[in-house]
Amino acid sequence: MTKLTLPFSEEKIRALKVGDAVEITGVVFTGRDAVHKYLFKGGELPPEVNLQDGIIYHCGPVVIKDEADRWKVVAAGPTTSIREEPYQGQIIGQFGLRAIIGKGGMGEGTLAACREHGCVYLHAIGGAAQVLAEKITAVRDVYLMEKFGSPEAIWELEVQDFPAVVTMDSHGNSLHREVLAASTAALQARV
Amino acid sequence: MKVLLDSLIELIRRTSAEIPDDVQKVILASLEREKQGSIAESALKIIEQNIELARRKSQPICQDTGSVLFYVDAPIGLDQVAFAETAREAVRAATAKGYLRQNSVDSLTGRNDGTNVGPGAPTLHFHQHRGEELRVRLMLKGGGCENVGAQYSLPNTKLKADRDLDGCRKVILDAVLQAQGKGCGPGVLGVCIGGDRATSYEHSKEQLLRKLDDTNPVPELDALERDVVKTANELGIGPMGFGGTTTLLGTKIGAINRVPASYFVSVSYMCWAFRRHGAVLAADGAISAWLY
Repeated sequence: MTKLTLPFSEEKIRALKVGDAVEITGVVFTGRDAVHKYLFKGGELPPEVNLQDGIIYHCGPVVIKDEADRWKVVAAGPTTSIREEPYQGQIIGQFGLRAIIGKGGMGEGTLAACREHGCVYLHAIGGAAQVLAEKITAVRDVYLMEKFGSPEAIWELEVQDFPAVVTMDSHGNSLHREVLAASTAALQARV
Repeated sequence: MKVLLDSLIELIRRTSAEIPDDVQKVILASLEREKQGSIAESALKIIEQNIELARRKSQPICQDTGSVLFYVDAPIGLDQVAFAETAREAVRAATAKGYLRQNSVDSLTGRNDGTNVGPGAPTLHFHQHRGEELRVRLMLKGGGCENVGAQYSLPNTKLKADRDLDGCRKVILDAVLQAQGKGCGPGVLGVCIGGDRATSYEHSKEQLLRKLDDTNPVPELDALERDVVKTANELGIGPMGFGGTTTLLGTKIGAINRVPASYFVSVSYMCWAFRRHGAVLAADGAISAWLY
């Protein structure tokens, strides 16, 4: 298991390979469908949001205000990443991302951008919203809340030992491509 | 209506936070089968921890609390309009408590008013019956698994699927292949053979109201259910699509009549975070028994 602390260096990310288990500590930003389309079409990031050498987490958390009027994350697992495939490659390059956290894997465009810019795709366990919410130690801020609503907003989160698996690395390897090819062949032999 | 309101809020809380026993049993059994030290095994271990944690903290198993689907078996004479109004109120209250995410978006403007109530949200299906009992079941159907559902029109040339049970088998397994790990597997399939497009999809979801350990009364469908699970688990897709031996936890198949021109097979995919519960309600609206 590899411990990763944000911000990430390119060297550290290039050293990761498909199948590696990681635990992430530091500040991450959520972003999902609305944010990806917005950034892809030229929308500006709020000035406080710095993605350079950082992470976008594909996640729409359940967040409520506690008695002291502070944000509290109640549930926060990954959402399906493939919907961001049309946008992800450009966003990795433009904002200097080093890692994406999501689920279900992504396609060839993202894989190529990971290779070109030194970025990895980290698969978290879909549906594991409680285990993953416990790894979120603080909500720092939220951006674009009015524009996109709570699940689609950019949440700035502090995480500690957040578990994930590298399923697409910066050398052109993808576990998702391998499993698809093997399972397609296995099914052909059974129908 | 206050008693009914509280019962429906409790139904939502329980459905969001507590996996039904029949599903948890199959997840635990699948953990035994995965290879020790594999990422499939570690995924299932996190899933197991998550189930316990959600139950203990009374918080959503998954942050995508999904489409809110009520299935109501109503005795003759139930005021369905009043019931639906109370259900909407319960959804608002459960959202404020954090049992449900602010999850309902205006499809034209993209606006999320944070209440989970709007056109089509929540959805209520009423089935009237001649008995005395009022039963309400709730399914919270996440978007990730809903997106990998599929409907096939047979015959299908590409999949060499004819209008028979073998053709049905081929397209059902194709849906599993296409889903890979994107629907948060290991999953459960609800399948409907026949019907018009809309009824077929609706019926496929209603199959997911069956307990996983039940037996299909139709022998051919029972055999097909078992065969689909066995074959899918030989494909090596595994939990989350990481590879491994557990791709499906179960399959439930129903058949309804079709017109001669149509032959639809509709597949609804339910993620491992299978959220459904149900209750029998007494005349005052209090919960008298749980159904799962």
